Order: sequence, then C-alpha cells, then structure tokens
Amino acid sequence: MATITATRDGVRQAASQPTRGRNDRGFGTAVGYIGRTVLALFFALPILFMFVSSLKPDDQIFADLGSLRAFLPVGHISLDNYKQVFDTVPAWRFLANSIGVSALTVIAGVLVNSLAAFALTRMRWRGRGVVLAAIVATLIVPFETFALPLLWWVNKLPWLVVQHGQPLWTFGWLDSYRVQIIPFIANAFSIYLYYSYLSTIPKELDEAARIDGASWFRIYRSVVMPLAGPATATVAILTFLNAWNQFLWPLMSVQSESLRPVMVGVQYFFQLDVAWGPMMAYATLITIPVLALFLSFQRAFIGSIASSGVKG
Amino acid sequence: MSRLSSLNVVPRPRGSLRRTRRAEARAARALVAPAVVLLIVFFLVPVLLGFMLSLTNARLVSPQGPQFVGLDNFTRLFADPLFWKSLRNTLYFGAVVVPLQSGFALVLALLINARIRGINAYRAVYFLPVVTSIVVVSILWTFMYQRDGLVNHMLQAVSFNLVQGTDWLNNPSTAMPAIIFMSIWQAVGFHMVIWLAGLQTIPGDLYEAAELDGASTWQRFRYVTWPGLRATRSFILVTITIAALSLFAQIKIMTNGGPLDSTSTIVFQSVRAGYGQQQTAYASAISLVFFVLVLAVSLVQRFLTRDKD
Repeated sequence: MATITATRDGVRQAASQPTRGRNDRGFGTAVGYIGRTVLALFFALPILFMFVSSLKPDDQIFADLGSLRAFLPVGHISLDNYKQVFDTVPAWRFLANSIGVSALTVIAGVLVNSLAAFALTRMRWRGRGVVLAAIVATLIVPFETFALPLLWWVNKLPWLVVQHGQPLWTFGWLDSYRVQIIPFIANAFSIYLYYSYLSTIPKELDEAARIDGASWFRIYRSVVMPLAGPATATVAILTFLNAWNQFLWPLMSVQSESLRPVMVGVQYFFQLDVAWGPMMAYATLITIPVLALFLSFQRAFIGSIASSGVKG
Repeated sequence: MSRLSSLNVVPRPRGSLRRTRRAEARAARALVAPAVVLLIVFFLVPVLLGFMLSLTNARLVSPQGPQFVGLDNFTRLFADPLFWKSLRNTLYFGAVVVPLQSGFALVLALLINARIRGINAYRAVYFLPVVTSIVVVSILWTFMYQRDGLVNHMLQAVSFNLVQGTDWLNNPSTAMPAIIFMSIWQAVGFHMVIWLAGLQTIPGDLYEAAELDGASTWQRFRYVTWPGLRATRSFILVTITIAALSLFAQIKIMTNGGPLDSTSTIVFQSVRAGYGQQQTAYASAISLVFFVLVLAVSLVQRFLTRDKD
C-alpha cells in the first residue's frame, strides 16, 4: 500500500482551506452557491429531520411529513420521547459502556501502536523489515473476513481472575468488556500512520538525546511523541470513530444488557410495532457525542481522514 | 597529549559497541512486542483458523472439538442457492456503489476545492453523514423509506403528485437500490475528503501553465487534475470496493436480508450462519470465499492502476 502515507503536509493541507484557489471562481458565482446549497440540504435535511422528529409525538411527526414543518421544531415540542427512551432501555448504561470502551481502546491503541512504530522507524534490529512488511500486508484484510473465526476463538481464550483471594483461570471471553477492547488495540493501520509520520521527524534529535544518556523509552516519551501530535490526533480520532460505531462485533460477542454498547441498543426499539419518536430520540442521543466532538475538532477530523489517503 | 586522549575516548572498544547494538535490538523488540503479540492473537490466528475451521464441523458452542470433514462445507455452500444469491447481491451492490460513490465524491471535492466564502461550512455539512454512525443512518432511512414516509412525501411534493412512491424496503426490486442510495449518501463525504487531499497536492503552477496555453476547464481537468490524482484514485477504488463488499450493518438493520433474500449479502449470510445458527465451520467457509473475493479485487485493481513507468 505505497499509496497511503500520512505526512505533516498531508494533514495540514487537507485541514486548512484551499491553499491554491486557482481559477475556480467561475464556480463561485450565484449558480455555484445555489448548487452547493442544494447539496448541503441533501446531506443535512435527513439529519435535521431526525433531530426535529425526536422532539415530536408520533402522530405529529406523520402529520408534518407533507410540509416543511417536517424539518422545523414546531407544534407539540417536548422531551417526552427522551423520557420514554430512558424508561425503555438502560440508555445511560449503554452510553457509559460505549464511552468507556472507546476511551480505553483509544488510550491503549495510541500507546501500543506508537511504541511499535517508534521501534520500527528509529531503532536498528534484525527482523524489522519482516515485521513491517507483515503489518503492511494485513492492511487490506477487512475485519468481516475473520470475524466469525475470531468469535469462535475468543470463546476459547483464557483469562485470570481472582476468586476468594485465589487466582483462577477461566475460559471464554464472550460477554465481557475485554472482548470489546483488547482485540482492537493493536491496529495495522494505526501503526502505519505513525510509521509514516515518525519517519519525517529527524533522527538527529534521538542521537542528541542518546549522547545525553537518555534511554529509548525516554526518547519516545520526551522527544518523539511530543512532536507526533498530528499523528496521535489522527490515530485517536479514527480509533474512536471505529470503537464508537462498533455494531457487528458487540452484537455477536456481548449478550448481557449491562455490558452492551450504544449501537446494539438500537435493537430494543426495533420491535414489531416501532415507536418512531423514541427511536429518533435514541438515534439522536447516540449521535450527539460524536457530533459534538466533530464540531469542536472539525479540522482535525477532516484532516485525519484526509491524511489516511494522501501520498506524501 | 590532547590528540592521544581524544583517540582514547572517541572510538569505543568493539565489544561495547556490539553490546549497545544488542541492547538496542532488545529494547526495540520489547517495544514492538505488545503490538505484534496482539496482532498475532487477534488477527493472524483467527485468519488461519478461518482456513482450518472451514474444513471441519466446528460449532460456536459445542462439547466436542471440531472434526475434520474435508470440503463438505464448500460442497454444501456451492449447492446453496442462497449463497449464489448473496454473492450476486454483493457484486451488484459493489458494481453500482464503486463508480457512483467515487465519481460523486470527486464532484464534491472539486466543488469544495474553491476559494469562496463559507466553503468550510459546506465541507462540514457534506461530511456530517460520515460522522453519523451507519447504524443511526440505517434507522433514520428505514423510517424515511416507509410507504407513508418522508421520501415518498418529498417525491410527491417535487413532482406535483405525479410520482407515487412505493414501500421501498419491502419491495424486492427496490430494496437494494434504496440501500445503495442511502449508503452513498452516508459515505460519500469520506471519499470527498480523500479526493480533496489529493487535489491539494497538485502544484498550482501546472494549472497556471495550462491556462497560459489556453486550456479549457475540461482540458485542465483531463490533462492536469486527472493524471495528478493517480495515487489517490487507486487508494479510493480499493477502499470503496472493500467497504462495499463488506456490506452488513445496513442489511441487518433495514431488511434483515429480505424481502425474498433480495438483500442478503456474503457477510450477512456468514453472520447468520456463524452467529445465528452457531455453525462456525460453515460461516468460516463463507468468510473464506469473501476473503478470496477481496484479495482478487485488490490484486486486479493493483494491476490496473500499477505504475506504468
């Protein structure tokens, strides 16, 4: 995959707005604005519809469908749907589970993958080329190709628990938090993103620190990582989105209601007779955390997606 | 005297150098170990297990260990009409989504790559569905696609009641197109941003030169933009194709494979077999076919977009 490289330039260019606004002003006319606005409505209206419907009772949602009122918070506006969501499902629990699982995956992922990339870019050891090639080769394999064997496999894995002060081996990881976190910590793509970024940081810095007697871990922590901020932002954002949006895996591997993440909670609303108001309220509820992050760190979000595809 | 002492200090004895090297290698292996161990346990082993289990009768939960059954799972799979239907649906989805989504994304990227006021807001709005989870998007569109839903009401409004919509997701001939439309709506912003990053690596002087030569807008696109996007293009094609072939969440939430299996896909079928019916071995066989499909597609695309120099 020689085509994927994150460089400092890639991140910066994609995140900042057009550096080269060539002769595109032909599009910048009224027609251009109208076209862009129509497209903006195409993308935004369904989401707006979701927010607005979450505030209305079902009969009013349907009554408003025929007019622009469908997109406006008018009529019987209330938070009743949200109240019903919390009465029907343990929504706080789902949210807490998702936040916890995502946060731990991000923290452990940043640490493990950056350490690996550090050793791969800045240290000399035999086997480095082989490990790097193996990691790159795994990039094109989608999770869905091995999800079912993985399900069988994690059901056999051991885990050490302490019971009555005695260590005890148990088997089977299904239905736990660890099954939602540990398999997703090491990530070939994150290692690759760090690898490309760390390659652009001059090695003279490490050598200077070496001469001053710094250990490798010290160089990683105090020299390299402080300079790798954009790569960390990219890896953190992509890992977070991935973890928050997990659906297939927790659907299969987690049965207990108390351990389930937000996306799987959707199933509770999809019974025979769907109450759409509460459904839209739940959908809004699990979208807001990501949306809030996106709106606050818009440039980093878009930059991180962009840097995953730029040839440096 | 000073020359002598500097000679003594600078070149370290050979043994010490070797020791530093060995210490460096040891430290490096320790740093890379967590990632490598995790990738072996949660990637390499399951991938290899997929190959092995597909030749057995393994079940998700079973008192007995898996027994070798040869190619039975594959014989059964290739005789299963649902498998061929799922394969066809998956390829149909991919064949429509890959060109439409990458083309639409490029158009959006070109629109966004302009220096006009408020362009950041447009870019953020086009990107909104990407940060909205596919699960949420699937629920929302299930609601909108109902017979008396928003989509049909809007169709009526813009066509002055000429177009009467259908029950999109419950009609075997419209269910897959409806899911295709929604999937493009959700993911196109992602690839727009990647095209945009590619566009911004094309040097501005090339456009100035083309303009001096009197090139039209189309010629500038054809001879400057398009060749400049070669690397981005192959990346986009590979990622869209693999994502399209992995189609699952939309199907699970919106149609559950129906109506009449018209939206069943390879991954959906493997999950139904491996999780729903607990037949890990059969599901592994389906996953293996999927694996070969993905591998073939990326090799073909690698070949088609290879460096020609």
